Amino acid sequence: MSKKILLNSKDIEIILHRLACQLIENHNDFSDTVLIGLQPRGSFLANRLVQLLENNYGIKDVKLGLLDITFYRDDFRRRSEPLAATSTKINFLIEDKKVVIIDDVLYSGRSVRAALTAIQSFGRPLNIELLVLIDRRFSRHLPIQPNYRGRQVDAINEEKVLVTWKETHEIDAVYLEQK
Amino acid sequence: MDQLSVAHLLGIKYLKPSDIELIFKTADHFKEVINRPIKKVPSLRDITIANLFFENSTRTKLSFELAEKRLSADVINFSASQSSVKKGETLIDTVNNILSMKVDIVVMRHANVGAGVFLAKHVNAKIINAGDGTHEHPTQALLDSYSIREKLGTVKGKKIVIIGDILHSRVALSNIFALQMQGAEVKVCGPTTLIPKYITSLGVTVETNLKKALEWCDVANVLRVQNERMDINYFPSTREYTQLFGINKEILDNLDKKIVIMHPGPINRGVEITSDVADSEQSIILHQVENGVAIRMAVIYLLAEQIKR
Repeated sequence: MSKKILLNSKDIEIILHRLACQLIENHNDFSDTVLIGLQPRGSFLANRLVQLLENNYGIKDVKLGLLDITFYRDDFRRRSEPLAATSTKINFLIEDKKVVIIDDVLYSGRSVRAALTAIQSFGRPLNIELLVLIDRRFSRHLPIQPNYRGRQVDAINEEKVLVTWKETHEIDAVYLEQK
Repeated sequence: MDQLSVAHLLGIKYLKPSDIELIFKTADHFKEVINRPIKKVPSLRDITIANLFFENSTRTKLSFELAEKRLSADVINFSASQSSVKKGETLIDTVNNILSMKVDIVVMRHANVGAGVFLAKHVNAKIINAGDGTHEHPTQALLDSYSIREKLGTVKGKKIVIIGDILHSRVALSNIFALQMQGAEVKVCGPTTLIPKYITSLGVTVETNLKKALEWCDVANVLRVQNERMDINYFPSTREYTQLFGINKEILDNLDKKIVIMHPGPINRGVEITSDVADSEQSIILHQVENGVAIRMAVIYLLAEQIKR
């Protein structure tokens, strides 16, 4: 299996700062905004952005929730392997809030579709935006596009975009793998 | 990967410890779901479930129905008292007729021991045993263990006494299997006439003195006195039963520890347990009811996962 690096840790750091600044432009002090990381992998990106917003840009008390979408997926009973749920941690109401859904890779758009359904279980948000680190732009199955993207990647279906984080793999990096 | 080792939930004795762990882990997620403002997930929107209750039930039937609806399944209900069973239709015929309506999962309560096992051999649907005679009531045992784990952190190493009518109780038998599978020590306590002879062969000890049993245990699971299952008198009077085996606040206050009180319901208040005990902070009876929905959602979800398109 060949592996090509798309982004190294320095690239990712620059991108994270840019994404944080773009969020601040649209959400000011985040008093009416909540960030929702999609479990499991979007939660790393969401956590990192919250750290940046709080530590580098002086935004206080950014509300971060983690959302598991397992029970909302449209491929239940269609996969060869069973789906394993992870935990949802949203301890605030999202009624009338601006919601930013955060995931590491936007591929078919089906996870985001599931997240849009799942988020309704916590109230009716004012609006919902999507932030992703990697946008595989030619792979969409549904009409879903990100509002904030770290990097656009053109990859064929036989290739996989793999994001690793310091928290799990000791290094921040994005690779393109041949399946 | 995580999948149940069984195709049906017929009894705890057919499960492996890893199945119980998987059910509990899945129930943890559903417990979070049912505490959201909107308590429904769309996972089972193309699954149809038939609740076949050949015996009366209120709580179990409601709990299953709620679990099914919260998973977005289509639900049909059947109760024997309003059906053609009264006209002499056989179990297989009744069920096959219902299955012709494209039912995927059958939740069945039946007065006959082994009715679920029989059905699983003859019909092409997932079967969940919601109580078969005096045999097993697996989802009740799972929710009981889950509630103990929630309250005490673990079931392993805990001492649990099951008090009351052990002879006629499917809850007792399923609990014994489930608790032992998770490493708990189990004792039964009740009138000698209501304790089956074979019970010690299951690795369970017997105590006929309530006070000694309570002093020994961490958790007391108090069973209902099942009047409908007693065709002869197993004890002289309800009053005598209450005096010897009824749990009241005074007995609990005289113990040197706070034990957990459980009851599968419905409670005969003032018979096997007094109201002040049932409503006390030591009682986790209402937690059992809430956990029942989460556990049943987990069981249905995990079995439905095996129904491939």
